Amino acid sequence: MPARKGTAARVTRAAAPLLWLGPAIALVGVVVIWPVVVLFRTSLQHFTPNGFLIGSAGMDNFRALFDEPDLRGILLRTVAWVVVVVAVTMLLSLALAQLFNQRFPGRRVARWALIAPWAASVVMTSLVFRWALDSNSGVVNVFLHDLGLVKFGSNEADWLGRPFSAFVWMMIVAVFVSLPFSTYALLAGLQTIPPELHEAARVDGASPWRSYRSITLPLLRPAFLVAALINVINVFNSFPIIWEMTGGGPGHETSTTTVFMYQLKQAYIGESAAMSVINFLLVIIVVLVFLKATRWKDQVN
Amino acid sequence: MSATVAAPVPRSEATGTERRPSAPRRRSGRTVILALFGYLIAIVFLLPYAEMVITALRPAKELSDRGYVPKHWDFSNFTSIWKTGFGDNLKVSLQVAGGATLVVLLVALPAAYYTARHRFRGRGLFLLLVLVTQMFQPAAMLVGIQREFLSFDLPSPTLSLILVNAGFNLAFAVWILNAYFSSIPVELEEAAMVDGTGRLGAMGRITLPLALPGIVTAVIFTFIAAWNEFIVALTLTSEPSQRPLTVAIHNYIGQYSVDWGHLFAGSVIATIPVIVLFAVIEGKIVGGLTAGSIK
Repeated sequence: MPARKGTAARVTRAAAPLLWLGPAIALVGVVVIWPVVVLFRTSLQHFTPNGFLIGSAGMDNFRALFDEPDLRGILLRTVAWVVVVVAVTMLLSLALAQLFNQRFPGRRVARWALIAPWAASVVMTSLVFRWALDSNSGVVNVFLHDLGLVKFGSNEADWLGRPFSAFVWMMIVAVFVSLPFSTYALLAGLQTIPPELHEAARVDGASPWRSYRSITLPLLRPAFLVAALINVINVFNSFPIIWEMTGGGPGHETSTTTVFMYQLKQAYIGESAAMSVINFLLVIIVVLVFLKATRWKDQVN
Repeated sequence: MSATVAAPVPRSEATGTERRPSAPRRRSGRTVILALFGYLIAIVFLLPYAEMVITALRPAKELSDRGYVPKHWDFSNFTSIWKTGFGDNLKVSLQVAGGATLVVLLVALPAAYYTARHRFRGRGLFLLLVLVTQMFQPAAMLVGIQREFLSFDLPSPTLSLILVNAGFNLAFAVWILNAYFSSIPVELEEAAMVDGTGRLGAMGRITLPLALPGIVTAVIFTFIAAWNEFIVALTLTSEPSQRPLTVAIHNYIGQYSVDWGHLFAGSVIATIPVIVLFAVIEGKIVGGLTAGSIK
């Protein structure tokens, strides 16, 4: 009897974590992990344009994808999109975090304003920019017209009509919506630095810039890396900005791989899944390279 | 870490008193410049949302005017928008965000509490799962989500959206709640249990109230993320009345023209309360992010 009671108790003890963690594991398993399996499977299947499965496709979807004449440009554009947006965001965030870490009257209210693009829907923020860039009456053009820089309805005023200027503006929007999170992540990092260190440096006669470079920056590294990594993932997967402002067009000339995946999905589910698989693997590779390059383990330990 | 940066410096009285006379004056000049910069940046960050409100209040016939503000202010977009089915979409958004938040709380609270309080086999694996899934985003596996939920054939897309949003926001909630629970000393709970309260009583009376700031942060983050989610909602909904606001806002974009007045009136209704909600927890964000990154 006691022995049986013992095993029963052991079974309950082993099952206890499952009771508490089970729902979380089930939810993540069904909603986050299983779609990855379905995604990989779909990339090897053959579909009709209206979505009927008609059998296996082998590697045909990937072959079709690599034969897309626009793919090269899309890949290069995606790299530019991620690198430029994340780099500019992180640089500006360093400055913003430094500023908003100082005490000044009204800082709280100013910080509330900083949060707006984080809280607001990116879809709606992007639509405001699209409206503000309207070539005939958009407020950006009204402002530039007042400065004598553009003519209404001219080619220059049609910012979203030309691929290059459209892409630059979309990068600006992407930086704008990424800044609040990055700034707050760096603010959190700044608060972990003991003020005595700067005090000591000042007493030693170090200039503020020297103190910033030798104390703040090295100690801010972990927060900076986390923020940069999360930005890389977010910016790579970013869809609404491009979708709302140009739809990826003209043609695919302002698409990134995420937008291209969505465009393909309308009629070529298999090929879209293939693009998605590549996106997914790219994210994983980028994360791993990033972790390795920044010697993540050393940071954590 | 601090040891590598600076050796402790003996602070002499002299340096302390020497700098005192000039410091306040210089600091006040510096403060003014800092404040001006701060306000300028605040204004830049609010400009797009000001333009959103201004356009929503612009009379239709002034939409192509080239002035920063309309000649007349017109509130009719905010009344007529309810005749365009906007109420249905607002309801869907509330259901999706509210439902996802509720599911996340119900699922994340026990998981976070248990991992914070117990050492067990598989704990590391579970936390790794949470960490890794935090890097997964629906956009990267959209086709998989679409085909999976197509095969589930749930009675309404709202249910699918609740599940998807709950799943993708769970990791963050577990992470932040775990950090909060870990920071609450076990002794507090044990003391309550000694006083005759059961384990659940101790949890309800001691731990949950102490973790409330973390719970509020997790709730608001989840709610806002689900409220603003776009690409999955765009993919899983087809009935106009079953779409949440981020997708439904496109009803005002026609083939040849855009009803900017209603579009931005809807955007204002969808955005401004959320910005206010987020501002409410502004003070907790820094703490939340610190807890999230240290763990």
